[in-house]
Amino acid sequence: MIYVDSLNEGIVIDHIRAGAGFDIFFQLGLDKIDSVVLLMRNVPSEKMGRKDLIKVESNFELNLDILGLIDPNVTINIIQDGKIMKKFKLELPAAVSGILKCKNPRCISHREEIADSMFYLYDEQKRYYKCEYCDSVTWL
Amino acid sequence: MAVGSFAGSIADSHMAVRNYIVPTDLSLDDLRSIFALTDEIIKDCQKFQDVCKSKVMASLFFEPSTRTKFSFDAAMYRLGGNVIGFADPNTTSQAKGESLADTTRIISGYADLITVRSPYEGAAKHMSMYSSVPIINAGDGGHEHPTQTLTDLMAIRHYKQTLDGHVIGICGDLKFGRTIHSLISALSRYPNNKFVFISPPELQLPDYVAHNIDQSMILRQTDSLINEIGNVDILYMSRVQKERFVSEAEYLRLRDYYILNAEKMKRAKKDMVVMHPLPRLNEISAEVDSDERAIYFEQARYGMYVRMALIMNLLDLG
Repeated sequence: MIYVDSLNEGIVIDHIRAGAGFDIFFQLGLDKIDSVVLLMRNVPSEKMGRKDLIKVESNFELNLDILGLIDPNVTINIIQDGKIMKKFKLELPAAVSGILKCKNPRCISHREEIADSMFYLYDEQKRYYKCEYCDSVTWL
Repeated sequence: MAVGSFAGSIADSHMAVRNYIVPTDLSLDDLRSIFALTDEIIKDCQKFQDVCKSKVMASLFFEPSTRTKFSFDAAMYRLGGNVIGFADPNTTSQAKGESLADTTRIISGYADLITVRSPYEGAAKHMSMYSSVPIINAGDGGHEHPTQTLTDLMAIRHYKQTLDGHVIGICGDLKFGRTIHSLISALSRYPNNKFVFISPPELQLPDYVAHNIDQSMILRQTDSLINEIGNVDILYMSRVQKERFVSEAEYLRLRDYYILNAEKMKRAKKDMVVMHPLPRLNEISAEVDSDERAIYFEQARYGMYVRMALIMNLLDLG
């Protein structure tokens, strides 16, 4: 049995698809923050069989676009004074910028320095996005 | 752009400009106006000889072009304007590594509009974000070639009377054929058009093009030209795009996949028309040229006139 302190202030990212926790951990930059961060893998779950879970002891600004792209089925719990103040499910973002890279080698985004190129949701089931420049389909 | 209005032009550079990057940048009303203006220009070209007097068009062709570049340059000269550009892209600051964004910022201070052809897909859209003057996409890689589409629509309008209610067979390199992507996008805006896509499996239409149109407009996707030629009202042939292939062997294998010849033409409808954006290689035998249904050379003649109308439209001179 692993003993983990309950959170007083912070964020719990729950119902992460088993195995996707590491990806979310690094994509959110949790390896670079000073706060206490806990990543639990393969936690038994009635609903999912197994799940990953992340607890962050800080109210840092979550990039919901990144979370939505990696695993749109996660649940976010905002904890204040030891209580869940807000709980919400994610959706795939309709448009994202600064996260995806176009997979088309002939796209202008590989020739020019474009930091904030936009990608628009193209296929919700496959989580495919379309590049604003060349229309090619890409994914995370 | 008058030299004396320098300060004004800088202020104006923040105003919204109209570009032509993809076919849907022009509304159906815009298209109707442009086609009507093209008809007028064809009737009396001289009447328009001073319309662009003192206007300058920058012609930035980073990829080879004959028809498109010449027709744009001739269009601007026939409107009384001037053209600046280069013969060899290797002599430009792009070859020194300057960003396209910076090049655009500078050139848009010298010219009243910019036409651009680039091997990079999305280049024209990228430039439009940094330009204070209209950008016209004269072909961006295998993505779009919307001014060829204006030429194609003019030809269809002339030879088939309407732009709706046709079965259009699109044959050849549907993957990299930018003229095809633009034409499908444009024709799908007119009611009751249906498409038959004919290509080798390796050169099928990209999903993003097929996905963007009403799926009921797609009759079939096949690799057989012989089985479909009798079913279509318009047959749009295209060249396999050698410049987009990584493997020479793969290109050679697919280059002559379709060859339209007199024998195949016997199966086609009497009023079917054969179109091609040109240049044509082996995909249409020379023996087809004399068939009255082959309209590809006439089709190309609309290029200059419709580009004259487009320039006038984007510069609000129409």
